[in-house]
Amino acid sequence: MTDIKAEMDVLPGMDPRAHLLHVDELHVEFRTRDGVAKAVNGVNMWLRPGETLAVLGESGSGKSVTAQAIMGILDTPPAHVTGGRVLYRGVDLLKLSEADRRKVRANRIAMIFQDALSALNPVFTVGFQLAEMFRMHRGMSRRDAKARAIELLDQVRIPGARDRIHDYPHQFSGGMRQRVMIAMALALDPEILIADEPTTALDVTVQAQIMKLLAELQQQRNMGLILITHDMGVVADVADRISVMYAGRVVEEAPVHDIYSRPAHPYTKALLESIPRLDRKGRQLNVIPGLPPPLTDLPSGCSFHPRCAYAREICSRDEPPAYQIAPQRIASCHFVREVLGV
Amino acid sequence: MSDINAVTTAEAPGPAATRPADASSAKPRSLAGDAWRDLRRSKVFWIAAVLVAVILLMAVWPTLFTSADPANCQLANRHHPAGGGALFGYDFQGCNVYARTIYGARDSIFVAVVATLIAGVIGLTVGLVAGFYGRWADAVLSRFIDIVLGVPFLLAAIVLARRFTVHETDTGVLAVTLTLGLLGWTTAARVMRSAVITARNQDYVTAARMLGAGPGRLMFRHILPNAVGPFLVVLTLLLGINIAAEATLSYLGVGLQGDAISWGTSIAGNGPYVRVVAGPVVWPSIFLAVTVLAFIMLGDAVRDAFDPKRR
Amino acid sequence: MTRYIVRRLLQMVLTFFGATFVVYALMFANQDDPYQVLAGDRVVSDSQRAALNAQYHLDKGFFTQYWYYVKGLLTGDFGTSLTGRRIGDMLAEAWPITIKLTLLAIVISAVVAIAAGVFSAVRRGGIFDHVTLVLTLVVLAMPIVVLAPVAQLIFGVKLGWFPVTVTRDANLYQLLLPALVLGTLVVATELRVTRSSVAENLRADYVRTARAKGLSTRRVVGVHVLRNSLIPVITLIGVDLGVLMSGAIVTEGVFNIPGVGFNLFRGIRTEDGPVVVGFVSVLVIVFLVVNLIVDLLYAVLDPRIRYE
Repeated sequence: MTDIKAEMDVLPGMDPRAHLLHVDELHVEFRTRDGVAKAVNGVNMWLRPGETLAVLGESGSGKSVTAQAIMGILDTPPAHVTGGRVLYRGVDLLKLSEADRRKVRANRIAMIFQDALSALNPVFTVGFQLAEMFRMHRGMSRRDAKARAIELLDQVRIPGARDRIHDYPHQFSGGMRQRVMIAMALALDPEILIADEPTTALDVTVQAQIMKLLAELQQQRNMGLILITHDMGVVADVADRISVMYAGRVVEEAPVHDIYSRPAHPYTKALLESIPRLDRKGRQLNVIPGLPPPLTDLPSGCSFHPRCAYAREICSRDEPPAYQIAPQRIASCHFVREVLGV
Repeated sequence: MSDINAVTTAEAPGPAATRPADASSAKPRSLAGDAWRDLRRSKVFWIAAVLVAVILLMAVWPTLFTSADPANCQLANRHHPAGGGALFGYDFQGCNVYARTIYGARDSIFVAVVATLIAGVIGLTVGLVAGFYGRWADAVLSRFIDIVLGVPFLLAAIVLARRFTVHETDTGVLAVTLTLGLLGWTTAARVMRSAVITARNQDYVTAARMLGAGPGRLMFRHILPNAVGPFLVVLTLLLGINIAAEATLSYLGVGLQGDAISWGTSIAGNGPYVRVVAGPVVWPSIFLAVTVLAFIMLGDAVRDAFDPKRR
Repeated sequence: MTRYIVRRLLQMVLTFFGATFVVYALMFANQDDPYQVLAGDRVVSDSQRAALNAQYHLDKGFFTQYWYYVKGLLTGDFGTSLTGRRIGDMLAEAWPITIKLTLLAIVISAVVAIAAGVFSAVRRGGIFDHVTLVLTLVVLAMPIVVLAPVAQLIFGVKLGWFPVTVTRDANLYQLLLPALVLGTLVVATELRVTRSSVAENLRADYVRTARAKGLSTRRVVGVHVLRNSLIPVITLIGVDLGVLMSGAIVTEGVFNIPGVGFNLFRGIRTEDGPVVVGFVSVLVIVFLVVNLIVDLLYAVLDPRIRYE
């Protein structure tokens, strides 16, 4: 199973000492009949082996689009990557041929999706869909691939794996289906796993089990994990760092504890104040006024200014630069100091 | 002969064949308005509308297009080439092909329109009752639709048209109209039924029921207006299909006959001589195909306009 | 799966009795002179009346008549034509060439429709897509009574590419033009259904997953999408058999193919009632059986139905 990886190492410019993943000024827009929607507007992001980066944001903030751009599975048209780089070990994935790109997918960077019922093909057995990975990428025989599929289902702790590979996705429960998705993503030992809202469609108790499983598997394999979510509660326990996205930009990036104790961006602060917490029992919850801006018509300057409590004239005029406020902390706000209270 | 089931489900296959407009729940009134605005901008719609208008004019007022008498046939003129008032020449009986083609629109259109109306009324009633009352009414009617669909359309039409035909004097107009009307309603009923079921389960209909609206008021004020879009599409397509079906039945000898002038009878009558002179077959064929095309295009345009997914 | 099959079989039995009843009732119910209906414009002699009585039990009550009729159908006794031939023999003689013709038409139309449908769905909005959409419109607008004689005139008589008529032991080449004409009847709708089904499936979430798995576009479309998209197309091909049967009556008439449709065509023209009723009934049964098979195939293709 080293053959493909060996082949990958020959890719020009590949540098094992470079960042595992580095997204640099990524721009993505959707060109539709109703106009151009700027979904991702200069996203920067990086990831180390064994690390968990949580990408937090409302729907429409560009987090899923960023993930799909990294994977190279955006539908073009309507989506177009209009700028930036996605560096995997120093290689710009956006410049690779489609054939090389395909070898990166699942082999190096894998992805799991929110709703496993629709994300799995309804007319093929789970075994077929798992074995397909080994047959297509490793050239294994049907029988060997089947054996590996059973092993994988065992690893994600699906009881009776030997029999269940003959079942179809709709015959599994929600939690079990998500385990199948995870097994499929991990089949080829990727170095990076992108999980796009992996627990949103699940019951709370099942959510916890799935998150625990993901964390364990990540540790065993020293995998980099990008966890996309809109749920600040999920993030606190598992993430090392957090990127907060708003209107296609990363507005704040920080180690997980710093963000909870001292948010540096008004949006992050407002988000934190809007979730119920035990230590604030009895106090009124704050709600962020207004709605996220339409991507076809982003506000000038800072995209958040129409909803921002700190907004002043400059905010509607100039786009705030990314301020480095500590070794691992970045925030894009004209009034970072004021927000931090220093 | 096209099959109506196939045509109407062509764009949305499977169980969701007639997904009625979702948008209708939010703003029931603006759906028709939106559809009309879309239609006015559609080139296909205008081409189809102009064609249909010309054909209707031909059917209602054939003397606008020709002064010749289509029934004035003289064997001496048999297979004469074009000339004088006979743009398309003369057929095997010495009839003026151009005049017969123009006048042929009348019976073809009459049969198709009346048959479609009959099918529409039956389909509307069956679909409404099955969809609105549900339970055993739905079970019985749906089974009945299955049974009618179990007999291929033309086979049933052959048997039925023979049954209705009164021999000798009859031109068969009534027989063919009844046949097509009594057989063509199934798709319309199915579309109506599923549209009604979807509409019935909408919140605003539940609300109206809570407010004490009776079944009649519910049906005609709240459910029908929203189910009418897909239903109209089916009827438009059915018009085209009925025109083709009349021609096919006439060709087989169980449709229009005797003195009737229609495209189908012209094609059938001149068929054996097609190798001698092609015109008497080709001209009515072209008119027939263009008419069917116009109605299919009209149906396509209307469906596109009513389909919120395509906006 | 078993429950699905049983339910489907029960449905078919019901539809069989319903459909044959409809055909029979349409033919005979409330007729002043059923003998004359069978014989058309002919003068019916007393001996013919006796023969028709023996065959159709016209002197008995309606339900008894229907009972004998169904019994005949189920035991393979389809009666005798007015010219004295056994309809069963006529059918046996006519079937092979009609089956050949219909199968050829089904295969040609399905291959063309699926290939072109997939291609236009993948390249939606492209030139190929636009051209096929216009072509399907034109084809949809061509009734078989227009298509068959015109095709015969152009490709058989004028260009001479194909034989103008077909003999009983026809080879594939002889049947090609009629099969093309027949296939044209259904190819447009099949193509449109394939196109919209593939287009819909291309937007499905599982396609994104398949691409995230690093599969080639060919495999994503050719295996994952196609397998899902074919489900409605297969059903449509079953329904289309009814259209093909109707089309075969005209096509076989035009091309002089001595098949089932031709016999029916001649039966109608010569007003031979028993032939019409017998052939129509058999075709209805074939249609029902084929659609049963298609429904079972549907369950094989779609596991969500199989395990209902």
